[in-house]
Amino acid sequence: MTDSHGHGGGHGHGHGAPQSFWRAYIFSVDHKVIGIQYLITSLLFLLIGFLMAVLIRYQLSTPAPGDDFNPENLGLIRGMLAGIFGENNMPYGFMAPEFYNQLGAMHGTIMIFLGVVPLGVAAFGNYVLPLQIGADDMAFPRLNMMSYWVYFVGGIVMLASFMAPGGAAQSGWTSYAPLSVAAPAGQTWWLIGMVIIITSSLFGAINFVVTTLNLRAKGMTLGRMPVFVWAQLVTAVLLLIAFPVLEAGALLQLLDRVAGTSFYIPKDMMYGGAVFPAAGGGNPLLWQHLFWFLAHPEVYVLLLPAMGIVAEIIATNTRKPLFGYKELVGSMILIGALSFVVWAHHMFVSGMRTSLANLFVTTTLTISVPSVAILTCLLLSLRGGQIRYNTPMLFALAFLPMFGIGGLTGLPLGFAPTDLYLHDTYYVIGHFHYVVAPGSLVALMGATYYWFPKMFGRRMNETLGKVHFWATVIPMNFIFFPMLIQGMWGMQRRLADPTLQWHNMDVQGWSTVILWGAAVMMLGQIPFLFNFFWSIWNGEKVGENPWDATTLEWACPSPPPHGNFAAPPEVFRGPYEYSVPGHPSDYWPQDEAA
Amino acid sequence: MSTAHAHAPANTSTGISHAKLGTWSFLASEIMLFGGLISAYVILRSGSSHMAIPPREMMGVPLATINTFVLITSSVTMVLALVGIQRGNIQQFARFMSCTIGGGFIFLLIKAYEYNHKWHEGITLSSNLFGSFYYTLTGLHVLHVTGGIVLLFMILFAGLRGDYTKNHERVECAGLYWHFVDLVWVILFPILYLL
Repeated sequence: MTDSHGHGGGHGHGHGAPQSFWRAYIFSVDHKVIGIQYLITSLLFLLIGFLMAVLIRYQLSTPAPGDDFNPENLGLIRGMLAGIFGENNMPYGFMAPEFYNQLGAMHGTIMIFLGVVPLGVAAFGNYVLPLQIGADDMAFPRLNMMSYWVYFVGGIVMLASFMAPGGAAQSGWTSYAPLSVAAPAGQTWWLIGMVIIITSSLFGAINFVVTTLNLRAKGMTLGRMPVFVWAQLVTAVLLLIAFPVLEAGALLQLLDRVAGTSFYIPKDMMYGGAVFPAAGGGNPLLWQHLFWFLAHPEVYVLLLPAMGIVAEIIATNTRKPLFGYKELVGSMILIGALSFVVWAHHMFVSGMRTSLANLFVTTTLTISVPSVAILTCLLLSLRGGQIRYNTPMLFALAFLPMFGIGGLTGLPLGFAPTDLYLHDTYYVIGHFHYVVAPGSLVALMGATYYWFPKMFGRRMNETLGKVHFWATVIPMNFIFFPMLIQGMWGMQRRLADPTLQWHNMDVQGWSTVILWGAAVMMLGQIPFLFNFFWSIWNGEKVGENPWDATTLEWACPSPPPHGNFAAPPEVFRGPYEYSVPGHPSDYWPQDEAA
Repeated sequence: MSTAHAHAPANTSTGISHAKLGTWSFLASEIMLFGGLISAYVILRSGSSHMAIPPREMMGVPLATINTFVLITSSVTMVLALVGIQRGNIQQFARFMSCTIGGGFIFLLIKAYEYNHKWHEGITLSSNLFGSFYYTLTGLHVLHVTGGIVLLFMILFAGLRGDYTKNHERVECAGLYWHFVDLVWVILFPILYLL
C-alpha cells in the first residue's frame, strides 16, 4: 500500500525536491508528464500511419504503368519512391503487392493501437482524468510510467518489423489465419509487438479503473463525474476484459508460427501447392472469434473517449448544462456491455448459420440505440445555447454529423444480407474511417486545442486552428465519401491494383479525387504542427480557467504543478452548472462552495 | 501520508485500498486470458473431428490428482499464513508461507516429471491438437505458478523483515493471486485429464 501510492506524500502539494532531467521528463511518474509523452508519441505515430495511407492512395490512384510510361524518365515522385523504398518494394515507383499489403496491415495497426487509442485513452485520459476527479495523481504512478515505456517498446517493435526478412506483417490489421500463420517473419514481430502493446494497455486499464473509483475528491460522487471520466471508465473496463482474449489468440497464433502447433490450421491444409507441415485439426474461424471478441469492443475504445471529449467541449462552449447527463452516461455503459455480444457481425461472410447470424444482427442493431441516444443528447445540448465558435468547438460540432455518417453507414453492414454484398468492398473502409477519422480523430484534435492551455499555460493560435479545422474536415470527406461510392459499385478492398478487375474501371476515377483529398489534408496538418510547437513557447498566456469552465481540471494552475491542487478540492455540485439562474457568473465551478 | 494510507479501512473513495482493487482488476483480465484459451479448447474439443484424445492411462491421472491436492493444500496454508500475520504472529506467518511456497515447488516438480514422461510417450506440443492445448494451457499455468512463487518469496522476506506488522494488505493480495492460480488448475485438471 505505502509503495503503490508512495510518492504522493513527498510531492503532494508541489513542494517536491527538484528532480533531475531524467526523472522529471523522461522516466517521470507524474500523470501529466506521462500524458504529454503519450500525446507527442501518439501524434507521431498518427503522422507515420497517415503518411503510409498517403502512399497507399498514391498507388491506388495510378496502380499500374499506363501507355505513356517511360522507365527511363519516371518523373520526380516515382523516381523518389523507387529510390527510397527500393526495387523490391516499389519497382519504377509502383507498389509491389507484398509491399502494399505490408503498408495496409501496418497502417491499420499503427493508427488503431499506436495512434488513436493511445491519444484518446492514454494521453488525454492520463492528463485530464485525475484532474477532473480532483486527484493528485494516478493510483499507481510507477505502473503508469511502465505503461508508457512498454507502449513505446511495442511501437518500436512494430516499426522495426519492416526490417524483418520479407518485410512487415502483411495479413492486414486483422491477421486472419491461416494466411497469417504461413506469412513471412514480419508476422511474428507483429504478434510480439501486439503482446507488448496489450500488456501496456492492461497496465493502463487497471490504473484507470482504480484511479477513477478510488481517488475521487470529497463530494465527487459517481453521479457528479464529468462525462469524459465516465467514458474513460467504461473504456478502461472494455480494455481490461476484451484485450486478454486477443492476447490469448495472439499467443496461439505465435505458437502456430514458431512451435508447430495447429490451433488455426485445418487438417491437410494445402498451401503453395503442398500440404502445410502441421498436424492440423484446428480451425481458422477460431482466430476470427478471438480477434473480433477484442476488436469490436475496441471500436468503442476508439469512440467513447471521443464522445466524452465532445460532451465536455459542447457543455463549455454552449454555456448551458448538457442535455441528458444520465442518459449519456447510461448509454455509454450500455454500449460497453453490448459491445461484447456483437462481434460476429464481422464474420457474416465467413459462413454462419442463419439463426446465429440473426442473433448478431439483432444485437448489432440494438447497440445502435444507445449510440443514437448519445448523438441525440449531444445535438440537443446545442439547442438554446450561446455557442462560442472557437476551434475546439468547431471540431466538436464537426464530430456530430461526421460520426452520424459513420454510424448510419454501419447499419447496412449490421444486416447480414446487405453485409454479404458490401463486406469485402471499399464501403467498409469508408464506413469505419468515417467513425474513426472524421469521427474520433476530429474530436481528439478538438481536445488538443481544448486542453492545450491547461497543459502548457498558453493558448493555441485561433486563426491557425481554424485553417487547420477547415483544411482537415473538408478534405476528409473527399477522401472517405468516394470510398462509399466505390464500395457500392463493388470495388474490392485489399487490392494493390483494382484496375485488374474490369468492373472497377467505372469508379476508378474517384481514386484521383481521394488522392487530392489526402494531399490537401496532409498540407492542412502543417498549420497544426506549427501551431502546436510554436504555441508551447509563444502562445497567448492564460490563467487557470481560460474557457470559464466548471469541471475540476480548471480549478488548478495551468500547467498544474506536481501534485496538482494546492489543497484537496471539494465538490459541491454536478459537472455542468452553466447559466444557473441567480448565480452571478454564467458558470458555477464544481468546487465553488455555495 | 504513507502511514495515513496504512490503516484500514483505506483512505479512498470506495474504502477499498488501491492494492486490492488493482488486484481484483488484474484478476478480471486474467480470467479473460484463461477464459479465452479454455473456451478455444472446449470449442475445438467438441467441434474438431481431428482432436485425438490420449487414453487416460497415458495422461497419468493419479499424479495430477496428487498435484491438485498439493495446490489446494497450499491455498489453505496461504489462508493460515494470512491469519498469522493478521494476529501479529510472525512465526505462524513464516511457517505457513514456507508451506505454501513448498507446495508450489512440489507442484512444479511433479509437473516437470509429467511433461518429461508425456513428451517421451509422444504427446508433444506439435504432435496433435490435444498436445498443443495441453502444453499451452498447463504451460501458461506453470508460468503463473512460477511467478506466484517468486511473489510469495518476496512477501515472506518482507514479512520476516517486519513490513507487515500494521498493514498486511500485500499478503492478502498475494493470497488472492495464489487462490486464483489454484482455481485455474481446478478447472484445467478435469477438462484436460478426466473428461
